[in-house]
Amino acid sequence: MKYAFFPGCSLESSAWDFDRSTRAVCRTLGIELEDIPDWVCCGSTPAHASSDSLAVALPALNLQKAQAAGLPVMTACASCYARLRTANHKVRNEAADRERTERITGKPYDGGVEVHHVLDVLVNHFGPDAIRAKVSRALDGLRVACYYGCLLARPPEIVAFDDPEHPTSMDDVVAATGAEPVAWPYKTECCGASLSMTHAGAVSRLGQKLLSMARQAGAECLAVACPLCQVNLDLRQADASKAHGTIPQTPVLYITQLVGLALGLSSRQLGLRALTVSAERLLAERGIATVGAREGKL
Amino acid sequence: MSAILQWNSSDFLEEVQRRSNTAVSACFQCHKCSTGCPVGREMDFLPSQVMRLVHLGAEAEVLGSQAIWLCASCEACTTRCPMGIDIAAVMDALRIMAIDRQLVLTGAHGREFNRSFLGSVRRHGRVYEMGMMAAYKLRTGDLLTDVGKVPQMLVKGKLSLLPKRSGSVKKVREVFRRAEEEAGQ
Repeated sequence: MKYAFFPGCSLESSAWDFDRSTRAVCRTLGIELEDIPDWVCCGSTPAHASSDSLAVALPALNLQKAQAAGLPVMTACASCYARLRTANHKVRNEAADRERTERITGKPYDGGVEVHHVLDVLVNHFGPDAIRAKVSRALDGLRVACYYGCLLARPPEIVAFDDPEHPTSMDDVVAATGAEPVAWPYKTECCGASLSMTHAGAVSRLGQKLLSMARQAGAECLAVACPLCQVNLDLRQADASKAHGTIPQTPVLYITQLVGLALGLSSRQLGLRALTVSAERLLAERGIATVGAREGKL
Repeated sequence: MSAILQWNSSDFLEEVQRRSNTAVSACFQCHKCSTGCPVGREMDFLPSQVMRLVHLGAEAEVLGSQAIWLCASCEACTTRCPMGIDIAAVMDALRIMAIDRQLVLTGAHGREFNRSFLGSVRRHGRVYEMGMMAAYKLRTGDLLTDVGKVPQMLVKGKLSLLPKRSGSVKKVREVFRRAEEEAGQ
């Protein structure tokens, strides 16, 4: 199982722990990642809200490189994932988009490279049963609200690996770690995404709504698979609590950090210190050691 | 808004439909998009109202609205529209049209964010968050928001002091230049 890995800009900075935990989990599971050489930004929302041509050409620069390497792409950021898949969709279905993209990038591209999100790889390529078989430290008793956000599941004809209104793939992965995924209604409600910079008030309102519902449903932490969701719910949690109603401190972990813990990886190997709302106390209370059995092996 | 809007031409509707590649005219005002919109509360016009304004050719109201910059591109509306209208694509088309027409956009912070973000991508091939945030703050004059979070983000390694440039930055600049040339034609 080998992929061309597209980390994306967030994984180099605000989401370095998502990068570290994704690589550590893949290494432990025997999923081989080869970084796309000299990858460039996918353009994210600013590109598709500003220029039809950049929105496809920037992702295409990376997809062309993966095609040359003959590998399917894996990415961890939900926004990169949606942009790469959207570019493929447009190049495959609109002749004008394909012509313009080839003209602007100066290279042919047929939209043929497969693009997967790490969650898709864990659930549909590796499989929950295979994860379960590798668990060395079950996360028994940990109650987790799986938060998918927008772009992992919408729009379905483009991202296409789970149900747009009631996704279950992350719940399956969480269950494989031994933790308990709670049933809750806001799995795919938006966190405000890049409005974090421009309309922080709206983002803290949405964050408070999401976190308090997760708590109400019995969760004690959240699992996410998108750097924007993580920052909005973690870094802005204190603001949300202050402005819109107190919520108990709720750690927001990347799904790869939870899987890594279950695989016996350490806090350091998973970058847990990057969390604003620390998970250490909760994990200690549940008897989940964060000094990894595998420490030193990577 | 107190003035009564009257339909006068379908030119604007046709342009929006062409640029978004979706049938805005199919909207029958069920408001399902507005019901599920996460930022409806903050918008001056709800998504279904934006669709109706497009029908009416109310160009100034739509392109000057805050709604088009508040849209978070979460795709809930697009996914749920019973008529299959790609409402998120309409929002993108409207933002691009507002820029193309060089409208004076007050309070359109989303536009300033997009410019700061893409400026960073053009310069480095990747987003340099620290530089992008500084550029955004200078453009909007909003110097203080979130400044308190910077030390904490630095301690947690969430902000790099220096940009991480892509080895393909020249290619990225070429792509930006060609995209601009094509848009200008």
